[in-house]
Amino acid sequence: MARLTINGKSLELKVDPSTPLLWAIREQAGLTGTKYGCGVAMCGACTVHMDGKAVRSCVLPVASAEGKQITTIEGLATGATLHKVQKAWVDYEVPQCGYCQSGMIMAVAALLKDKPKPTDADIDAGITNICRCGTFQQVREAIHAAAKA
Amino acid sequence: MKTPKIDRRSFVIGTAAVGAGLTLGLKIPFGTSVVRAQDGSPEINVWVVIRPDDTVVVRVARSEMGQGTLTGLAQMVAEELEADWTKVTTEYPTPGQSVARKRPWGNFSTGGSRGIRESNEYVRKGGATARLMLVQAAANAWGVPATECTAANSVITHKPTGRTTTYGKVAEAAAKLTPPAEVTLKDPKEWKIIGKPVKRLDTMTKVTGAQVYGFDLKLPGMLNAAIKECPVFGGKVKSFDADKVKGMPGVKHVVQVGDSAVAVVAETWWEAKKALDAMPITWDEGPNAKVSSATIADTLKEGLDAEQAFVRTNVGDAKGTFAGAAKKVEAVYAYPFQNHAPMEPMNATAKFTADKCEVWVPTQNGEAAFAATLAASGLPADKCEVYKIMVIGGGFGRRGAFHDYVTQAVRIAKQVPGTPVKLLWSREEDMVQGRYHPVMQAKMSGGLDASGNLVGLHMRLSGQSILSAVFPQNLQDGRDNATFQGVDPSGDFTLGYTVPNLLIDHAMRNTHVPPGFWRGVNINQNAIFLECFMDELALAAGQDALEFRRKLMSKHPKHLAVLNAVADRAGWGKPAPQGVHRGLAHMMAFGSYVAACAEVSVTGGDKVKVRRIICATDPGYAVNPAQIERQIAGSFVYGLSAVFMEECTVKNGAIEQTNFNTYDSMKIAQMPKVESIIMPSGGFWGGVGEPTICVAAPAVLNAMARATGKRIRTFPLKNHGYQMV
Ligand code: FES
Ligand code: FES
Repeated sequence: MARLTINGKSLELKVDPSTPLLWAIREQAGLTGTKYGCGVAMCGACTVHMDGKAVRSCVLPVASAEGKQITTIEGLATGATLHKVQKAWVDYEVPQCGYCQSGMIMAVAALLKDKPKPTDADIDAGITNICRCGTFQQVREAIHAAAKA
Repeated sequence: MKTPKIDRRSFVIGTAAVGAGLTLGLKIPFGTSVVRAQDGSPEINVWVVIRPDDTVVVRVARSEMGQGTLTGLAQMVAEELEADWTKVTTEYPTPGQSVARKRPWGNFSTGGSRGIRESNEYVRKGGATARLMLVQAAANAWGVPATECTAANSVITHKPTGRTTTYGKVAEAAAKLTPPAEVTLKDPKEWKIIGKPVKRLDTMTKVTGAQVYGFDLKLPGMLNAAIKECPVFGGKVKSFDADKVKGMPGVKHVVQVGDSAVAVVAETWWEAKKALDAMPITWDEGPNAKVSSATIADTLKEGLDAEQAFVRTNVGDAKGTFAGAAKKVEAVYAYPFQNHAPMEPMNATAKFTADKCEVWVPTQNGEAAFAATLAASGLPADKCEVYKIMVIGGGFGRRGAFHDYVTQAVRIAKQVPGTPVKLLWSREEDMVQGRYHPVMQAKMSGGLDASGNLVGLHMRLSGQSILSAVFPQNLQDGRDNATFQGVDPSGDFTLGYTVPNLLIDHAMRNTHVPPGFWRGVNINQNAIFLECFMDELALAAGQDALEFRRKLMSKHPKHLAVLNAVADRAGWGKPAPQGVHRGLAHMMAFGSYVAACAEVSVTGGDKVKVRRIICATDPGYAVNPAQIERQIAGSFVYGLSAVFMEECTVKNGAIEQTNFNTYDSMKIAQMPKVESIIMPSGGFWGGVGEPTICVAAPAVLNAMARATGKRIRTFPLKNHGYQMV
């Protein structure tokens, strides 16, 4: 059993406490926008926010997320209004296959909270997600656009 | 990649329409022959369905894996249809429908950068035919000749009276008409949607998390499976101790899958994986358990000087020129095994009952997935169906010719009949059960005359043949012509140089590690071998790398045009900024002409910064320039990750790298600025997704050689201590 707050909703999940948060989000909470890419904190596809900070949920036991505010890609927009990062992603047509992009967007949204006007160096240091389609050129443009929004 | 044969004899076809209706879930209305989509909207023809609200549904047979084909193909149909682009949406026909209707959508295979270029003509005709039928239906309703009517933006206008109607209003009537036998396609000069950077149709759901990938599929009552196949290719399961894990939380079944794999089926995937990891399995590793990267390299090395080789090109007497040459240059290159590692690992979901087998799968080739389903289920085609997942989390060739995960999913589902089972591979499984970029060595030998002209060239390849492993029927007298991609005498992969004495041959040295089609396929290593060696020759001749090439390219104006374009943009010949070095490469691949100029600086002897790469491509026609730019930049990430950091090594018969910690991929910090020059010259249809991948690596390597004075010939670069910063 684990009690989690995901996207503002309090959930009682039937899950072994050692289960990675990623799988509790996907399989118990049923939110599949958060992706599995490696399971070893290398790729960032599983990035969610825990109390506003970007974390790689594939290596966090669900127990360590109890009592924390978890936000997933599904909870980033406010109602029908996209978050400014999502909006920039649409405007700059960032996604190719899109599989890495939930994690990428969550990582960028957290970066912008920390550094509202990131330099290229801030982006290089802060965004370490893997994108096998290679969308980085658009990612960088879209981050700067979102920072201006 | 050819489509496997589907046994049609086992499929009972009634009348085309009724047969279709049964398998397709299409409703056939009484009294007419109109075929309907699931929501009841009429099909004008197999490519176009029009809903009463004017929505235009374009059917797309090829697969979307990020490369933009879905949007590109919809643009082609919409162009000829004169559709309102803002009302266009898409859907996939299923492979089962295709069989039932005798393949009206042609080939489903999405690989070899062929999605658009191979089908452009018949999909445009589909759009044009539908337009003529819609216009005719409007003319009939008005009682006027169709020649007095025009169509634009999904609106039909009767010119003399100014009356208008919309596609949605006349679709029912149009669907009943007999299609015209002949249609004329537009002159490319009149295109309004093709050639424009229209927005992709599939972006929104990818930024909200709403897009459902194969990994995310949920079906009522579904269980989840995790699998391990013998890590030594060709090995088998000897034994496994199911009792040890059967009591673990969520575990429902432990099953052997074929003779080489074991799976745990549980309520959730995480439970399945935990149990699988805890289960003792012993393998019968078979005859390959001693193979290593070193033994494979030795086998290939022997091929470099072997007597026997498959000859692709033999003009003049290349070897003969070396004796009399003023200078002979020789270099041996080697390229490693590499995994596709798409972000979404392999997966498939299957449901099996005695009279039906259904599969949901992200695949680059729905028909091949269907064939795998038939074979694994043992059911005839009319009892099988494959639903392609709308968007794939990356393919790069892994999901085209190979459907091992489909076979596995069906084999598991057969052991739990009636229950849908979703099989997900872990990243570790994905890394060790790949269909790898073939391993290849090359011995390059060139002879220069006293003025530094290239008089003879011998390119001896030694290594794996993909076709002999995957499509042996496509070998030509044993020779694998795909091995020579980029150095062919003619066709889609033509060598861009004229060398008076030229020998290109391949000593085929296959290994037990299964090869596959990896984005760009054999152009990746061939471009490195050829274009790096061209720089080595120019250096030996004391000539400028661009001038040296140009002298050999007068008969290859399109190759030359893209090379000149990047050289001009970069200011080749003019001094580069302090510490910056340039390198060039070009090639023809998948029907397109591509070139790159890289600007690189190397600091501390081993830190490589790729600052900028200028890329030019002439794909004949550029369907969506915005997406082409993205494919260029993306292909460079894939290609540069490969040449800097990626290698799958073999130890005791198995692949050693199991995740991104040992098989790395570029990050945003390492991304060069990519400038694209899209220069379609018209008259042919070249590919987009793959061709450019091959020029990034040799352009960067040539720049690095200039920066360091050292030529690297074996890859990846990390093995030499180079780090991409
Ligand atoms: S899945 Fe968590 S970092 Fe890759
Ligand atoms: S968009 Fe495909 S992996 Fe990033």
